[in-house]
Amino acid sequence: MPPPPYLQASMIHRTFALIAALILMTVSALAQDSAIQSLLQTHRETIEQSSRKTIGPVITALATSGLPSAQTVLEKWQAKDMWQRKADGQFFYAEKIDSKTYELFDFETNSSVEKAAKSDLKQLKPNSGIRALIGTALVQFQLMDPDPVKRHDALISIERDPEPAHLEPLRAAIAGEQDAALLAKKQRLERLLTARYDAASEARVAAINSFADDLGVDARAMLNPLVQTKRRVVAGDVPADLNIARRLTPGGDDLTGDAAYAMLVDAGLAPAKIDAADIKTTLAANIVDGTVGGVPVAELDDMAGRDRAYAALVAGGLAQPTPTEAQIGAALSAHSFFDAYAEADPAVTQAAEQALRSIGTKVAVNQFLDLSLDAISLASIYFLAAIGLAITFGVMGVINMAHGEFIMMGAYTGYVVQQVIPDYTVSIIVAIPLAFAVTFAAGVAMERLVIRWLYNRPLETLLATFGISIALQQIAKNIFGTQARPLTSPGWLDGAWVLNDVVSISYIRIAIFVLALIFLAVFLFIMKRTRLGLETRAVTQNPRMAASMGINPDRVNMLTFGLGSGIAGVAGVAIGLFAKVTSELGSDYIVQSFMTVVVGGVGNIWGTLAGAAMIGFLQKGIEWMNPSNTLAAQTYMIVFIIIFIQFRPRGIIALRGRAAGD
Amino acid sequence: MQRSFLFRTPSTLIFLGALALFTIAVTLLSDAFGAGVISTSFVKTLGKTLCLCLIAVAMDLVWGYCGILSLGHFAFFGLGGYMIGMWLMYERTKDIVTASMAQADIPPTPQEVIDAIGTQIFGVVGSSEFPLVWAFADSLFLQLALVVLVPGVLALVFGWLAFRSRVTGVYLSILTQAMTLALALYLFQNDSGLRGNNGLSGLQNLPGAGDIPQSVMSIWFLWASALALGLGYLLAAWVVSGKLGSVIRGIRDDEARVRFLGYSVEGYKLFIFVLTAVIAGIAGALYYPQAGIVNPAEIAPIASIYLAVWVAIGGRGRLYGAVIGAGFVSLISTWFTGGQAPDLPLGFYTIKWVDWWQVVLGLSFVMVTLFAPKGIGGVFDLITGQRAPERHGADLGPDKGSLQEQEALK
Amino acid sequence: MSTLLEVSGVSVSFDGFKAINNLSFQIGKAELRAIIGPNGAGKTTFMDIVTGKTRPDEGRVIWGDKSVSLLKMNEAQIARAGVGRKFQRPTVFEDQSVFDNLLLALKKDRGPLAVLLYRRTAGDREKVEQLADEIGLADHLSRKSGELSHGQKQWLEIGMLLAQEPRLLLVDEPAAGMTLAEREHTTALLVEAAKTRAVVVVEHDMEFVRRLNCKVTVLHEGSVLAEGSLDHVTKNQDVIDVYLGR
Repeated sequence: MPPPPYLQASMIHRTFALIAALILMTVSALAQDSAIQSLLQTHRETIEQSSRKTIGPVITALATSGLPSAQTVLEKWQAKDMWQRKADGQFFYAEKIDSKTYELFDFETNSSVEKAAKSDLKQLKPNSGIRALIGTALVQFQLMDPDPVKRHDALISIERDPEPAHLEPLRAAIAGEQDAALLAKKQRLERLLTARYDAASEARVAAINSFADDLGVDARAMLNPLVQTKRRVVAGDVPADLNIARRLTPGGDDLTGDAAYAMLVDAGLAPAKIDAADIKTTLAANIVDGTVGGVPVAELDDMAGRDRAYAALVAGGLAQPTPTEAQIGAALSAHSFFDAYAEADPAVTQAAEQALRSIGTKVAVNQFLDLSLDAISLASIYFLAAIGLAITFGVMGVINMAHGEFIMMGAYTGYVVQQVIPDYTVSIIVAIPLAFAVTFAAGVAMERLVIRWLYNRPLETLLATFGISIALQQIAKNIFGTQARPLTSPGWLDGAWVLNDVVSISYIRIAIFVLALIFLAVFLFIMKRTRLGLETRAVTQNPRMAASMGINPDRVNMLTFGLGSGIAGVAGVAIGLFAKVTSELGSDYIVQSFMTVVVGGVGNIWGTLAGAAMIGFLQKGIEWMNPSNTLAAQTYMIVFIIIFIQFRPRGIIALRGRAAGD
Repeated sequence: MQRSFLFRTPSTLIFLGALALFTIAVTLLSDAFGAGVISTSFVKTLGKTLCLCLIAVAMDLVWGYCGILSLGHFAFFGLGGYMIGMWLMYERTKDIVTASMAQADIPPTPQEVIDAIGTQIFGVVGSSEFPLVWAFADSLFLQLALVVLVPGVLALVFGWLAFRSRVTGVYLSILTQAMTLALALYLFQNDSGLRGNNGLSGLQNLPGAGDIPQSVMSIWFLWASALALGLGYLLAAWVVSGKLGSVIRGIRDDEARVRFLGYSVEGYKLFIFVLTAVIAGIAGALYYPQAGIVNPAEIAPIASIYLAVWVAIGGRGRLYGAVIGAGFVSLISTWFTGGQAPDLPLGFYTIKWVDWWQVVLGLSFVMVTLFAPKGIGGVFDLITGQRAPERHGADLGPDKGSLQEQEALK
Repeated sequence: MSTLLEVSGVSVSFDGFKAINNLSFQIGKAELRAIIGPNGAGKTTFMDIVTGKTRPDEGRVIWGDKSVSLLKMNEAQIARAGVGRKFQRPTVFEDQSVFDNLLLALKKDRGPLAVLLYRRTAGDREKVEQLADEIGLADHLSRKSGELSHGQKQWLEIGMLLAQEPRLLLVDEPAAGMTLAEREHTTALLVEAAKTRAVVVVEHDMEFVRRLNCKVTVLHEGSVLAEGSLDHVTKNQDVIDVYLGR
């Protein structure tokens, strides 16, 4: 029911409408003309006029009417769904039935009024300026909407496109908010808007100060425009009414003399300098009988000749003289150069600068944390990729150049499994042991067929395994083609663990980190607690002695090699989850894997771990220093490793003693 | 007194004779000077192959004789190509720019010419400034010196660091591979000053020789390559035939023993490493003008590994083996991957050699390592009746004996 | 008798295990000395330290008339200073001929350039032949050294040592795997060599040591247990306890 204060008005309008209806001989329910309809009718002319300049009071009237249907009107109006019946000028919202017929609805009751022909109707088409005004007016309704989703949406839209006018409705909407999360969001947004738009300087400074250790991107997005400066030049002294960030001296650190003069030229305060290209154009335009200003064209192939010709042209009035150094100096000293804040209030800019500085420090700390997390995840990838290599290299002294191809095989195994099992979670659970099995088998086959014959000839092993590597790569290319194949991670690995707006790490990387830890544990268990580990260590230290103790070195070597290859396969599944699976997947990681093993030190799993950590952190660190260029980062990293080897030729964790001597 | 080394190593004389015959035969069959049986592009392929043979000789010297499995010699090869490529590209662009600027009303100043060359060359990487490394690009003499100096100095610095810290065996191989990768990645950057992954192109056009047809030019380069190969082979043969050869083979077989004899092993390794790097640089400087383009992909570690493959297939520890390996494998690879080889229908599947050649190459390489460690060169041993015992992968090192007593008795 | 090599207070440990513990040792310019000791006594490590293969944790190694420290030199420099070493297992360059092996060892300028430009003179050839004669390999000069018998390889290595013309010879178990006649020949070679230079022989075989007839140093757990003639040390109670008594 309409509230009492409006009854009076509605009565009047009802009378008006009745008269109009009688005159126009129209049908229908004019007698129950609603409060909202009468309000609209009051402003009918302004609405029909639809001009941005005059529409303001109408919108305000609607927004402050307190009528529940005012929101509907504004929404429909904004969406260009408000129509006017030509016959009696009544406003409705309409739904299209077909191209010629529209169904009209009443604003108050939301009930269908009639189906009318389009020709009898007039659509109200507010322009974008008016729609924006309506939007602002709608905010207060949306902020207090009973539906929390709508309230949330309203907050998001304000966040995205804040305006000074939002401030008041937002403040009004805080008190009644029941939802704790939304309340916090509203309060935060209120502070953001206060800092930016509040009329009172103190309120703004207080709001700005409240963001001094806030890591939110929104806070920085709010603060940065406040401290934005514009480089300006004026004749004479700096005007006192501007909020000056700093004064600049031409020729100083922040402003070169040339740049300062260019500013003067751009501002129209000084004549332009004539540069070499201008001179050339002018000269070319003034060639007369093979000479320019009396200088033969052939002599214009150096600057001295050109200057001479140009001087002659200037003397003849055919060209603009270029300002002399003295003129330039005089012009520069006659003007003031400065950076001025766009924000006029010095207290606000000062507070904002300070807040940004303090945020900057905190962001740097958090970025370091984020970088460390990145480095750890990179290190675990390298560790996974290198651990198999470390086993075969450390335990057997065999360099397996095909190790990268085993990684690739693992990744392709994962891909094939996903083709068969569509459920991503199940397929990953199946793929990991299957990849292990496939590459384990491939490793054992390779050891039996090739490597066994080449023990004690490490360089030839290197080359033979390289032969296998190129063959495997090409076979993969022939089977799967050259384009990248997807290995999709299950949904629960999507997304990232977000600590704050700076620090976050994706779940896949966490999973890989966990996988690396699991492999470390499994490896330690096998080596320290199982018969195979015991035998492996025995064979590593003294194969002849081990053989005489009844250990079959052939078998141990075979299983060790299989184990190393199998781990490579699992690493392949893990890597395939975030990298594209191609036939070159392995070769992308092989050099880093080698580096990890070499840097870490051979024959010790902790060495591999240390090597992976060092290379991971190093690479991230270098990338951080030179973020634009990962190629350069890799170059520098390799150079660093070559130098590192100088100081620890046997890696971070080196075996010492007579056995390690040669 | 010793007889001249040439007569102690008849294979050198035979090789030089064969090389001369080959060059003459190709010349007589070429488009430019004779029958026209061999197309210009094939002459270029042969010329390039000769350069590959030269770097294979260098590889054999450093690996087959000195035991350093360097996976970085193609980096030196590429650098040599880059050094000569800079001059070729600069001068060629200068010709073009000067010609186009001559059309303008006002004659260009020297600075304008240089700026225009810069824009022309570095436009693809969004720059127009000449980086510092191009400082000598206008001087043929200095760039030729750099062909030798840049690989030489890089090898000297890297080798000094690596050998000094007693990095040997597979460690050293991996380290050289890392060096190569670092260099390739560096050159891939646009701001490396060498046009990033575009590389240097148009190198087949010699400045000031625009009137000479490519068919004639290709023969010139063939001769130059053959001459370089001949001289390089001669130098390598001379080095390995004397006492130095004895020392470096000693280093290959037992480094520590050589050290206890009072030889500074590091110095010898460094000497061989730098010498071979220089030879590789020269080979590259002859190769890339025939190929027409040099880019960082050429330097990637895989190329150096292929080099080792050639030498191993040809037979390392003998210079002609390296030449045969490089020539044979690179030519046959070109044939198979170039699509000339006929497909092999198996009924259920047709083997396209373009797809399967890599597989065959990889596996045949494993076979050679396993069953014919002497490579193709071993065939010559069969001819001359030298037989080595079947050791089935057993060690060749000093501890185990390269010729064990019972084997020697057979 | 003036001292050629003086080792004093040298210790070295590998991963906590003290291989050499405060060892002191000296030898004169023309002296034959045998070092004996049980396994793990530090005999080989001692040689490693003198030849520069292993750096000691502490102690001094002083060499020659000018009393230079060997600790600052690398293996090659020590070898050039006049320390020759023969390894336990014969290590000769098996792929090269006996002649080349000896030529390689011949005392000459060791620099790469000098070696590259080296041309064999008649004098060098004569020297090599003379050496080969001494070690009984005159008929095998052109054979690959890998084809030699074990004993012949041992001799070839001794010959290479002599060709270096060192002032100190360190010989590790020269008689291992030799027949009786070969041993006698070896003994004669070593005794002859010791007339002009210092020779240190590490040996297990007491018979062989007795035949050398020289001063004996007994090592135990990385330090000197006893020193003197063989008869003297074999009567020493400590020596009997740790070594001979077992």
